[in-house]
Amino acid sequence: MYHINELLNSDNTLKPSFVAMKESDDYTINIGPQHPATHGVLHLVITLNGETIKKVDPDLGFIHRSIEKMCESLSYRQYIYVTSRMDYLSSHINNHACALLVEKALQVEVPERAQYIRVIMDELTRIASHLLWWGAMAMDMGAFTPYFYAFRERELLTEIMEDTCGARLTMNYMVPGGVMHDPHETFVHRVSKEFLPLLKSKLHEYEELVTGNIIFQNRVNGVGLLTYEDAISYGCSGPTARASGVHCDIRKLYPYDVYNKVQFEEVIETAGDSMARYMVRMNEIKQSISIIEQLINNIPEGDFQAKTKAVLKLPKGEFYQRVETARGELGVFVVSEGGTTPYRIKFRSPGFSNLSCLDHITKGSKIGDLVASMGTLDLVIPDIDR
Amino acid sequence: MISFEHITKWLQAWLNAHMSPILVLAVETVLIVILAIALFAVLGLVLVIMERRVAAFMQIRMGPNRVGPWGLLQSTADTVKLIMKESIVPTHADKFLFNLAPFIVMIAAMLILAPVNFAQRFHIWDLNIGILFITSISSISVIGILMGGWASSNKYSLLGAMRSGAQIVSYELSAGLSILTIIVLCGSLKVSDIIASQETGWWIFKGHIPAIVAFVIYLIAVTAETNRAPFDLAEAESELTAGFHSEYSGMRFALFFLAEYINIFIVCAVGATLFLGGWMPFHIGHLQGFNHVMDYIPSSIWFFGKTFFLIFVIMWFRWTFPRLRIDQLLNLEWKYLLPISMVNLLVMTVVAIYHLHF
Repeated sequence: MYHINELLNSDNTLKPSFVAMKESDDYTINIGPQHPATHGVLHLVITLNGETIKKVDPDLGFIHRSIEKMCESLSYRQYIYVTSRMDYLSSHINNHACALLVEKALQVEVPERAQYIRVIMDELTRIASHLLWWGAMAMDMGAFTPYFYAFRERELLTEIMEDTCGARLTMNYMVPGGVMHDPHETFVHRVSKEFLPLLKSKLHEYEELVTGNIIFQNRVNGVGLLTYEDAISYGCSGPTARASGVHCDIRKLYPYDVYNKVQFEEVIETAGDSMARYMVRMNEIKQSISIIEQLINNIPEGDFQAKTKAVLKLPKGEFYQRVETARGELGVFVVSEGGTTPYRIKFRSPGFSNLSCLDHITKGSKIGDLVASMGTLDLVIPDIDR
Repeated sequence: MISFEHITKWLQAWLNAHMSPILVLAVETVLIVILAIALFAVLGLVLVIMERRVAAFMQIRMGPNRVGPWGLLQSTADTVKLIMKESIVPTHADKFLFNLAPFIVMIAAMLILAPVNFAQRFHIWDLNIGILFITSISSISVIGILMGGWASSNKYSLLGAMRSGAQIVSYELSAGLSILTIIVLCGSLKVSDIIASQETGWWIFKGHIPAIVAFVIYLIAVTAETNRAPFDLAEAESELTAGFHSEYSGMRFALFFLAEYINIFIVCAVGATLFLGGWMPFHIGHLQGFNHVMDYIPSSIWFFGKTFFLIFVIMWFRWTFPRLRIDQLLNLEWKYLLPISMVNLLVMTVVAIYHLHF
């Protein structure tokens, strides 16, 4: 790892640059807020020279719902539900972060059964999120069919979630002290006997259809290059940073729940291009499968939720909890005055930092490269805007 | 055997018996125009529904299945909707060019139908430079695309038109060269002569490896020429929303849409004519018995069967491959396809001079 002073004095690191927002003769194009490649309401103002990109200027705020402000008027049980709407593809993991923070502040001992269930849910969510990313990224590249293949597997997973949580997208399943209720009685069977074998039998299709495709490889190899130093400077995390060789998996660095009991590898690539980001996510799916396989048949008996008070009051102070979502590091920072609601809350969302490097990695490339880079950054816009 | 030839001959005789020669010509012209427009519309509808069913088949889903039997009327319903929709002209658009563009694309597509032989001796105009006519008229459609993209006064449209111009002009070279390799073999530009020369077997089987190479290059080049995925950069929806026809709506959009499908039909018909023998049944050399059995299948079925097979292949491309980037697209043409097809043409010339083909 680099030391911070070494990084700042190195020639490789980013230097502050000041450029005019727009010059009068620039040829600008608005990608978004309604555009097929942005998967939401992201607005990019791109400056072009012919087909070559001179500058990308993300313009945020179209889906800002002031979640942080809303959380300040919600109790420590209620604010979890709002966070499902941030990164809606990893809603379990968002909820997990909030629940962990409250448990850390109140020093609640979470039953082991709940910890197992939470980690399984997290990894299922990660698989679902990566599957959706895979389909959507292939669609950005112009291949429509992978989207349907990804959704075929994801649909089974969503049904499993629906059985247990009653929801397909905004789960709201994790609560301070454990999970809301026991998983559905068919949960273990469906995950271990239906979903995992299905996914493992279909993974080779993904490799044949997209990974091995020569057109796809030409589109992503060497495109959107993010170096090790830049990944750190921009605060990238998750698969985006790991593709540049940064060792940043929160599950390994600061393990929570039963992550320190399971064997898994932190997937790291060193190339830093779109292909590396792609490979990291594809291999993470396999790692998640392995984690679930280690846990799913060993869920201990016991309570699914620790006994907590009806009204939660966090002690006065500042609390921070980080987890690894499908997109990177999600940090929850709470300032408590000792009351039933947070005084101030701040989410450090992975998408925001990952988006910030977009201008840097696409400068001088073609519009097609912008779409490829944006696809492999795996942006979820409500996560960026909150 | 029922053949289109009998119908046309009977009609010609009947008209000649009842009218003066000039009137006969006028009536026949009107009939052909009506038939061509009807074919244009029907082909468009059939190809759209076919594309949607093929896409659904590839993507493990149902596809249109509600309107009419097996969803066959879906594209008709869509067309009715498009006719009823308001056709908006943007405020800053060049109105004359904006309105003209879809018609240029459509007229170019319709003109190319003329020399195509749909069945044995069933064609509109079998002129002696038929293939040259097809290649030259098909170049016109790029003008319509450029015009539409420029006149829309939309940056997406302009970029799409710019890409489309570069792409179609480049890929016409290798498409033309691969057509030339077959012309070298049969020594005639007349479509009926080309088909007649394949009486002992189709050129893709008779022409050795150069014919197969030319066929593959032709398929790639025409996929690019018709702006189909993986070469659909002109309307790359994840980059340029809809490319050159972003601003078109209603029937003007439908004309672009129809012209795209008619163009696919035409390039596949030309490909089938050149490489797969057009309406010529599957013949093996001089095996009289086998050839005679094959002749019992009507020539129109042979022609449409081959053409729709090629259309299916092109649709298959679209639903399998990701899209190329613009520089990769031009590299592919200028660095690979063009040199290969030039060498291929030379080899084919040697083959033709020494009669090395079957």
